[in-house]
Amino acid sequence: MSTDILLEVEHLSIAFPTATGLARTVEDVSFMLREGETLGIVGESGSGKSMTAMAIMGILPSTAVVTGSIRFRGRELVGLSDDELRDVRGRQIAIVFQDALTALNPVMTVGDQLIEAVRVHRPDLSVEQRRARAIELLTLVGIPSPEQRMARYPHEFSGGMRQRVMIGMSIANEPDLLIADEPTTALDVTVQAQILDVLREVQARTGTTVMLITHDLGVVAGTADRVLVMYAGGVVESAPVEPLFYETAHPYTAGLLASLPRLDRRSRDERLFQIPGQPPVSTAWPPGCRFAPRCRYAVAGRCDVAVPPAVEVGDRHVAACVRVGEWQVEAR
Amino acid sequence: MSGAGLAGSEELLAEQDVQQGSGRQLLQRFLKHRLALTSLIVLLLLMIVCFGADWVAPYPQGQQDLLLGPTPPSAEHLLGTDELGRDFLSEILYAGRISLAIGLFVALLSTLVGTTLGALAGYLGGWVGELLMRITDLFLIVPAIALLAVIVQGLGPSPVTIVFALTALGWTYIARVVRAQVLSLREKDFIDAARGIGASNLRIIIAHLLPNLAGVLAVGMSLAVASAIIAESTLSFLGFGVQSPQTSWGSMLSQAAGYVGTPQVYLLYFPGLFILVTVLAVNFIGDGLRDALDPQGKHL
Repeated sequence: MSTDILLEVEHLSIAFPTATGLARTVEDVSFMLREGETLGIVGESGSGKSMTAMAIMGILPSTAVVTGSIRFRGRELVGLSDDELRDVRGRQIAIVFQDALTALNPVMTVGDQLIEAVRVHRPDLSVEQRRARAIELLTLVGIPSPEQRMARYPHEFSGGMRQRVMIGMSIANEPDLLIADEPTTALDVTVQAQILDVLREVQARTGTTVMLITHDLGVVAGTADRVLVMYAGGVVESAPVEPLFYETAHPYTAGLLASLPRLDRRSRDERLFQIPGQPPVSTAWPPGCRFAPRCRYAVAGRCDVAVPPAVEVGDRHVAACVRVGEWQVEAR
Repeated sequence: MSGAGLAGSEELLAEQDVQQGSGRQLLQRFLKHRLALTSLIVLLLLMIVCFGADWVAPYPQGQQDLLLGPTPPSAEHLLGTDELGRDFLSEILYAGRISLAIGLFVALLSTLVGTTLGALAGYLGGWVGELLMRITDLFLIVPAIALLAVIVQGLGPSPVTIVFALTALGWTYIARVVRAQVLSLREKDFIDAARGIGASNLRIIIAHLLPNLAGVLAVGMSLAVASAIIAESTLSFLGFGVQSPQTSWGSMLSQAAGYVGTPQVYLLYFPGLFILVTVLAVNFIGDGLRDALDPQGKHL
């Protein structure tokens, strides 16, 4: 089993010194990725999911304090120099950002940016070969008349087309791991589905492992094999997709699921469920379970004492809740 | 994928009317900028007649006609003559060689130095950036003209030392502007994305930051040309700049200053007019370049 583990993150913590104290954006996060699988990471803004991705890429701001371990194919990435990481970035691990308009250089043609992505890791290729590869990438992500589009600037593309270009750049060197950081958030719903199709197609063709970061459980349901739910810098639940939806083990996940709009709800006037309160700030996490202050099942003396350990509740299904098993009964 | 491809071609159709970008497009955008185009022609003409003064000027440099003395503009002497009977138009053209050369060289050198240091300060940040910026602060509080006079006198006044001195003081403006731009560009997602594909710091600065600075640099450089010509004129006017027998527009102004209140006051106006036209032309060219360099054409 251990041979096909691609990425192993253990006790990862990320902190930033700020004027109001140390911001512990990510605390004690552990998870792993197997080759070829798609892992969805779900959580609201500020839950630390993007920070985790940037830590894996080694592109956090220089003020970040990173502890713990990130092992890629058994090689420790935390503590590597920028030069050593540069070899990993783009070639072994690549990232697709949320907003392709800001993630593409506005004054560089799309073709030049693709060619650059190829060139950084393949200096051996000739100019013509790089260009041919760039056109091939555009074709792969479904951009019509790629040759003409090479000379265009990012602002001349629509949002969906730009995101395709981003995906094309990210797979330029056939990375083993593709991190997609909210790749569909900035897009229209119809285009979202196309982009997810492109991702799936790319994965089917290259066999790359995908880490899909999103706040949309619907996206995860249709795309991921396994899901990690993050809240306030920590992992609250981790499970294969089906058990996560049907055997939810953490009240936060249950809250997220309940707040999804549904077509089959009982009446048109029924209000959408919302989790009461606001997520805590990373400079002052509440003691114990960080979701406890908003949790309707929280019990004083148990939930606010220590950060709950991860409890195994099923096959590869883990939840960090001291009241696992109890709250579900209460919920009925 | 066929569905996605179809929607894609619709998107393509909707974008047909947007302008496209390339080197040729850049030229076209610049040519559409009437004022900049006119200014470019004016500046090129000025450069041709000044640097080609040996062939263009109606009289050789410094040829005196003491019997003629000072005369107002006439058919023979388009801009008149000075008290030694020298043809003033020829004198202005010869002087323009030095003024223009100093302006262009200083602008080039200070843009080069300012951009390098500003980009490093902005991108690296930390104590390196702080140190560089404190140095530019220092240059702000030092009285420039006095310092220039001391440097030029110390090194011996010649066009080369003037270029050196003006560059030593002139790079700070561009360094500040570039640093400010880099500070904001550094936080952009596309810089993270470039790091994400494994690009090196040097590559990010050269391939991603500098092209985004092109507009700022065009304006900064045109301002540098203008301010260098003016600074050289000021120095020469005060007697610290170009020394006789070499002349510049500034030193001609200085010589003509004595004519205020006499009928020969036109001798003061003509060098001033050439300085004004050059400085304006360079500024307009800078504006035109900035607009042309912006692929989104926001300024058009």
